[in-house]
Formats: sequence, structure tokens, C-alpha cells
Amino acid sequence: MSALLNSFRLLFTVALAFLLVSAPAFAQDHEASSHTEDLNVGDVIMNHIKDDHVWHFWDGHYGTWYLPVIVYSSERGLDIFSSRNLFDDHHNYVSYNGYKKEGGRIVLESGTSVLDFSITKNVAMLFINAALLLFIFVKVAGQYKKNPGRAPSGLQSFLEPVILFVRDEVVKPNIGPKYERYLPYMLTLFFFILLGNFLGLLPGAANLTGNIAVTFTLAFFTFLITNFSGNKNYWGHIFWTPGVPLPLRLIILPVEVIGMFTKPFALLIRLFAAITAGHVVILSLLCLAFVFRAYWVGGVASAFVVLISLIELLVAAIQAYVFTLFSSLYIGMAIEEHEHH
Amino acid sequence: MLFALLVDISYAIMGAGLGAGLAAIGAGVGIGRIGGSAMEAMARQPELANKLQGSMLIIAALVEVIALFAIVICFLISIREA
Repeated sequence: MSALLNSFRLLFTVALAFLLVSAPAFAQDHEASSHTEDLNVGDVIMNHIKDDHVWHFWDGHYGTWYLPVIVYSSERGLDIFSSRNLFDDHHNYVSYNGYKKEGGRIVLESGTSVLDFSITKNVAMLFINAALLLFIFVKVAGQYKKNPGRAPSGLQSFLEPVILFVRDEVVKPNIGPKYERYLPYMLTLFFFILLGNFLGLLPGAANLTGNIAVTFTLAFFTFLITNFSGNKNYWGHIFWTPGVPLPLRLIILPVEVIGMFTKPFALLIRLFAAITAGHVVILSLLCLAFVFRAYWVGGVASAFVVLISLIELLVAAIQAYVFTLFSSLYIGMAIEEHEHH
Repeated sequence: MLFALLVDISYAIMGAGLGAGLAAIGAGVGIGRIGGSAMEAMARQPELANKLQGSMLIIAALVEVIALFAIVICFLISIREA
């Protein structure tokens, strides 16, 4: 009974701490003088969801991180400059050296498009994610090497159940006897998505796994690995399904080929929609307080946001699990050796 | 006159609101059925309660994603300015 009370106290403290700490950084309209302007909720939310060349933490002189712009065009060659040059003092867009920012992209004033390799908000977030993953897992691997055969301690004991869960519940049953070849990719996928989801929930963070380009790349890797590991059974089933009469085979052929592409497409859309929709819901609730301009609305909205954020933590973990599960299912189906019908 | 209705952005925004509501109904029905079957199964076999709870959460996440997809589309419509 007192264990239940203790866990309730713990949950309450955590939720209260989250509420106190999560004061969001809002991009108010940049005309700082008028406080009676209506807040453009759509713009605020889209700015938080979309990628950008600057990383805006808070309004004020030091609150924006102007990330480097790296563009290549056949006209001008490679150009690297800080995105600070694309804004003037009043945060309006200006053109710099022939480049200007139009509709979120960087274009040359002559109208030709450029290849944009800039370190944008999401790229910087990706680097942070990768650096954190490397730091954590190199440390844990070093700990395993230092104490071979001994009980895990510290960070090891936190990660070991999760890694064993991914190996024993997700990868091994679905891929089968050759699972060890694919285990590094699966573990990387799982922890990358998990950490990316968690980091995206922090205030001021960039929406990494809700960016369709990032999820496209992850689904593309799964697609490549599935199709490069496919054995004769797999390709046989797609192009020339055994055990069905000939006319039916010709009908099944385009369906199966399309099915080859819709499976990673579903992975892509699922992760993108879940994470982006979660962020949109949280941001909309927070914007309610600014639309109504009443303290009680702020209080109620913040309570809702705490509850929804707890659900989002669960969704973050579940989406990572589901992505890894379906990836291993597809790879398992591609490499399975089964008896002929 | 009907065509004039079609190009009026306010009807699109109303449609977005209706769409969001319908998506909520879809999510509610889907997750409610999953929860109901899980409850019934747990009542029949209490020793499997943990495994059933795990599967229930995962399938609820899958169903919820579809509803969230509709929410995102409705949101994108509602912030369009003509």
C-alpha cells in the first residue's frame, strides 16, 4: 500500500517538475512593441515543426543560433556563410551575395536553384543525437570490455534490459537463426528513433524524427537491407508466385511489386505522422493560452500538456519499437528458408 | 453558385474541423474495441494479463497513428490562408 503511495508521490513530483521546467520558447511576432496583435497559431506551430536555417531558442539578442549555410551551384560553386547574413537587424529577409531565402529555401537571385547542404536545425539535431548515442554506447561497450563476465553496473544495468529486449523479443523471433548479422542495424535503428523521439519532446528542440526526410532515409535503409538480403524464395514469391495458376500469377506480379514499396512507405508515414501529430497537439494546447490571454486557460492548458506529454513519452517508445519490429519482420520474411508448398 | 461555394476557403476550414472530429470517432471506436477485447481476454485468463496489456498498447499505437494522420491533414487545411 505504501509502495503505491510512494509511486504516486514520485509520479506527481515528476509531473510537477516537468510542468515547471517546460516553459516553451515561443516565436512571437517579431514586431516586439504591439501586445494586442493576434497570435498566428498556424505560423508558430509550423515554425516549430519545420526545418529551418536558424535555430530559434528564445526572443532576444542571444536567443537565436544562426547555423552555417552551405550551398553549391554550378554558377557560383561552393559557398559557405553564416545564416546571420540572410537577415537584417529587424529579422527581415535580405539577400546576401546573390543568395536569398524564399519560401524556406535558399535560391540564387537569378532564379536558378542551388544544392543546399546547410547545417539546418534538423541536421544539427541529428549530430547531437548521433553524438549522444556514440557517447553512451561507447561508454557501455568499454564497461563490458573492462569487466568481462561480471554483473553489469551503472549505465550498463540501465541499458542491458533494453538491448536484451530488442534482441530477444524483436530481432531473434522475427529474423530467425541468422539474426546476428542484422542485430547491429536493428539496435541502432531502435535507439536512434527512441533517442530522437525523446530529444524532440524537450522544449526548444528540433523535430528530428518527425521530419519526413529523416524517416524516409530510415525506411530506405530498411528497404535496401530487405531487398539485398532477399533469397531466391523471396524474389520468386514476388515475381513468379509458386503454386498459383498462370493467369493469376500475372495479376499478382504488379500487386507484389507495389507491395515491395508500400511496406517501407508505411513505416515512413507511421513514424512521421505519430511524432509530428504529437508535437502539433502539444503546441496547439500551449497556444490556446496565448489565444485566450487568460491565466486560468494557461493553467488548465498546461495541465493538459503535462498529461499529453506523458502519453507522448509512451508513443515515442512504442513508435521506436514498432519501427524496429516491422523492419525485422520484413527482413525475416525476406530471408526465410521454408519448405516448398 | 455551387462553384463559388467550392472556392470559398471557409467551407474548407469547416470541412477540416469535421474531418478532425470524424478522425477522433475512428480512433475512439478502434481503440475502444481493442481495449474491450483485451479486457475480456484478461478476464478469461488472468495469468496472461501482462502479455495482453503489452500487445494492447502496441496495437492501440498503430490504430492511433492513422487517426493522427487525419489530424495532421486537417491541421494543414485549417491554417491555409485562401
